[in-house]
Amino acid sequence: MPSLKSLKVRITSVKSTQKITKAMKMVAAAKLRRAQQAAEAGRPYAERLNAVMASLASKVTIGPQSPKLLAGTGSDQVHLLVVATSERGLAGAFNTNIVRAARKTADALIAEGKTVKFYLIGKKGRAVIARLYPGKIVHQVDQSHIKNVAFSDAHEVAEDLIGRYAAGEFDVAHLFFAKFQSALVQEPTELQIIPVPLTAGDDAAASGASAAVEYEPDEEAILTELLPRNVAIQLFRAMLENAASEQGSRMTAMDNATRNAGDMINRLTIQYNRTRQAAITTELVEIISGAEAL
Amino acid sequence: MADLHFELVTPEKLLRSEEVYMVVVPGSEGDFGVLAGHAPFMSTVRSGELAIYSGPNTVAARIHVEGGFAEVNEKGLTVLAEQATEA
Repeated sequence: MPSLKSLKVRITSVKSTQKITKAMKMVAAAKLRRAQQAAEAGRPYAERLNAVMASLASKVTIGPQSPKLLAGTGSDQVHLLVVATSERGLAGAFNTNIVRAARKTADALIAEGKTVKFYLIGKKGRAVIARLYPGKIVHQVDQSHIKNVAFSDAHEVAEDLIGRYAAGEFDVAHLFFAKFQSALVQEPTELQIIPVPLTAGDDAAASGASAAVEYEPDEEAILTELLPRNVAIQLFRAMLENAASEQGSRMTAMDNATRNAGDMINRLTIQYNRTRQAAITTELVEIISGAEAL
Repeated sequence: MADLHFELVTPEKLLRSEEVYMVVVPGSEGDFGVLAGHAPFMSTVRSGELAIYSGPNTVAARIHVEGGFAEVNEKGLTVLAEQATEA
């Protein structure tokens, strides 16, 4: 039986933990709102870019002279997995889920005899990946100084990736991030970013792309310019979605932690009261039996 | 004459979506003006100043854009700029 004093100390400590988790939940909720707005604000650009890419793709035939970013390097031996995680922990299963999705793909690729490399955005995936796939991490982007993701951040990463691609470091790049659905649901998602997957989708047909469109400069030149931008945009969107997901996940996790702390406080308080009553009863019994003996 | 529907989008947000008279876009092969009913057209954009006209001779706003491209279709003009700052 723990002493009254130690129970009291524990209750105070759980209470202060609860205060912290509650504050973190509130902060996450406020940040979530902002991150969500940012993610939504970025949507029109990505949608329009996709529409344009689709209509261009239906015009350009992939040949040996078409840009590498579109046509691929001709092999698919080396796969680069770009894993976007968060910079901070205490966000529930957020990072674990992303890393798990990446591991699944990595294991499947390794089983096929392919070479797998990792490119990390954010530091939280590093420990697990470094342990499971030692020496496979080619680079890690430090985002700890970034408060709100700006397009220029994504642009830098995209340029680095495209530079590595041009240098022949890898053939295919997959991007892993958590897609934000709601504060409760974040779905780990895999996306191929290099070579740019082009689907001459229904958008092209719907927007009347068959009409005579004039291009300046020609289609090829525009496409060559658009491809790197598309990579940057995909990265940017992933970063925004990730930021929103992280906050959503943290909010849920901290909400649970606050509730658990509350339950624990209740249990400890009951135990404290029982112990106190037991101590009083013992004291009374002692006094009464003492008086009777006289 | 019907107005031209003009949209200016950056990766961070939808900056403008409005009806205007004319927009002069700094295309990579020279500036071009877009009025309502322009033929379908697509061009890359160089860094420069984009002018929005609310009437034949009135410039409503000038916006500095950096990189990107412009698309004209039957719905209007869409400029996708990498960066845009209002002058």
